[in-house]
Amino acid sequence: MNKIILALVIASVVSVLIPVSVSAAEDPVVKGEAIAREWDRRDRGYGDTSANMKMILENRQGQTSERKMRIFFLEMPNENDGDKSMVVFDYPRDIKGTALLSYSHILKPDDQWLYLPALKRVKRISSNNKSGPFMGSEFAYEDISSQELKKYSYKWLRDEPCGKSDCFVLEQRPLYENSGYTRQVAWYDKEAYRLQRIDYYDRRNALLKTLGFSKYQKHLDKYWRAHDMYMVNKQTGKKTRLVYENLKFKSGLTDKDFTQSRLKRMR
Amino acid sequence: MTPLMRPAIYLLTILATILAVLSKSAMALEFAGWAELEGKTFQYEPLYEGQQQNSASAAIQPEIYQEWAGGNAFTFVPFYRYDSADDQRTHFDIREAMLLLPWENYELRLGLGKVFWGVTEASHLVDIINQTDLVESLDGEEKLGQPMVNLTLLAQQETLGVLDFFVLPYFRERTFPGRGGRLRFDPYIDIDNGVEYENSARQGHVDYALRYSNTIDKLDVGISYFYGTTREPAYLPKFDANGILSIIPFYEIISQTGLDLQYAGGAWLWKLETIYRSGNEDGSFYATDAGVEYTFSGTGLSGMDLGLILEYLYDSRDFDVDPAVLIASGYIGSQFNTFLDNDYMIGLRLAFNDEASSEILTGVIQDIDNHASIFQLEASRRIGDSLKAELDAYVFMDTSKDPLLDFLRKDSFVQLALKYYF
Repeated sequence: MNKIILALVIASVVSVLIPVSVSAAEDPVVKGEAIAREWDRRDRGYGDTSANMKMILENRQGQTSERKMRIFFLEMPNENDGDKSMVVFDYPRDIKGTALLSYSHILKPDDQWLYLPALKRVKRISSNNKSGPFMGSEFAYEDISSQELKKYSYKWLRDEPCGKSDCFVLEQRPLYENSGYTRQVAWYDKEAYRLQRIDYYDRRNALLKTLGFSKYQKHLDKYWRAHDMYMVNKQTGKKTRLVYENLKFKSGLTDKDFTQSRLKRMR
Repeated sequence: MTPLMRPAIYLLTILATILAVLSKSAMALEFAGWAELEGKTFQYEPLYEGQQQNSASAAIQPEIYQEWAGGNAFTFVPFYRYDSADDQRTHFDIREAMLLLPWENYELRLGLGKVFWGVTEASHLVDIINQTDLVESLDGEEKLGQPMVNLTLLAQQETLGVLDFFVLPYFRERTFPGRGGRLRFDPYIDIDNGVEYENSARQGHVDYALRYSNTIDKLDVGISYFYGTTREPAYLPKFDANGILSIIPFYEIISQTGLDLQYAGGAWLWKLETIYRSGNEDGSFYATDAGVEYTFSGTGLSGMDLGLILEYLYDSRDFDVDPAVLIASGYIGSQFNTFLDNDYMIGLRLAFNDEASSEILTGVIQDIDNHASIFQLEASRRIGDSLKAELDAYVFMDTSKDPLLDFLRKDSFVQLALKYYF
């Protein structure tokens, strides 16, 4: 009995340690995948989350405008399924009550429905607009939608210091269709596999945007979340800051909270 | 109080009682809404005396929302518009006075409200719960608040779909432009001169509706059935007190079965709406609107979405009858409300995805037989945080070739509205 427990302990310790220590000697693709898998593993089991989200859009002249919304995510137990999400817009007031329901998929286009409160109409929308700006911000739909392990191929580039910690630097290439990016370069800190920065390269492989993550907080003693994300468009000079407030986990949301009927009575 | 209003009064009493009980555990109270100023100018001098070439209008639609623990909620949305030219367009309505009681597997809605069914853009055949507030807009998308009891059954397994039952205890009459209003039929539809019903209960006839809807992967399906007073009237010729000919609406009892389908295949959306309706006077007919929408996404530097819409519309009613002949016969069928018997629509939707949420929707509907066409443009953008500008234009081309559209020949117009959200 004790032997079995010991074997389990060893196995689990090894499974945590191996990806990093052993793969150092392996080729960059294997190492990159191992790091990404570990990043994904650490985020599994969150169940559901909801938050208030504020977007501050800033143009080249420094003028700002705000968007406010509430977001809800439901984790799908099967890792070949994308998560379900709902976004309810609160501000500006002309879009108050508008809500977006998404069933994200790993490689095929997401299923999306938009609720228009003035018409009381639920409208299925074409979801190949991954690269389009979200609410006029510097975030594209693909940046906002759920980040799934299998959406990208990974390659380890190098290790380097990033602020106070040390980072793995990975190259991630989207495997899904209609992405606006050829590749992303992402910095994960070694301490907790938290994303620190992503550089986005456009279809011509020129640097398009840089996303910085900050104000990380640990939730449920396990899940790290950046409460501040700052996207800078290097080609236009426009910026968007995304601030999360009132982040909640495991509120008991179910599939029933992510249906078209539910979409109609969100507000 | 007429006995015909009793069902509506009962409904309001039940509503008031439930509200009184709920108000003891009140949570959030929200106040929102909009007010707008609108100016309209027509290309040509009017056809009829009393009509204006330019007009102005103002409208307000506040919204009060009260929520209680458990998701129970009450929404109250009154609406009022003043119009400088059209006394019928100056009107008040309660768009919504709806109590929502949600449970795990069903939802109950009591009061006045709006329900939308359907998928297509050129017409809304399947959508039948609410009466059209025609004086508000030509596209038929503005609706009058409908008294209802609506029970929604959500299957325990959400993949089994949704079943909706409606009891509609009171009928709302369609609004029509007044004598001073443009875009009015010839002869004048004079609702002050009378409204006729097939059923002696008139507005008190209790209507029923049922709808099943589900999503199966990329396919959205809706099947609906309605029995009750038609939302789309026929017309009867009637001389007014001065001996002048006008026509008045006639509402018969119909049954209507509807199907709406939508399939999403990548950038393509395939859409179908079809109805089969039968009534005593109008007989039986079917009508269909089917088409596609293709979206080019993230085009250009700014990441605009460009959507192309193509729809075909068919209606099996007899459209080849001269209105003059119909008037002489004493009965003008419900096809008088539409001209979409064998038509196509080409549309273009541009979403700029910019800070101002700028959008343009434009299109033309053309009759395949006689080439009469209606061109339409809707554009909008936000100004600052609380204002929105909306531009609407209609151009009627070769409408004289279609006897059902001839009355529009001088009525091409441009309208600009400024909406303030509070």
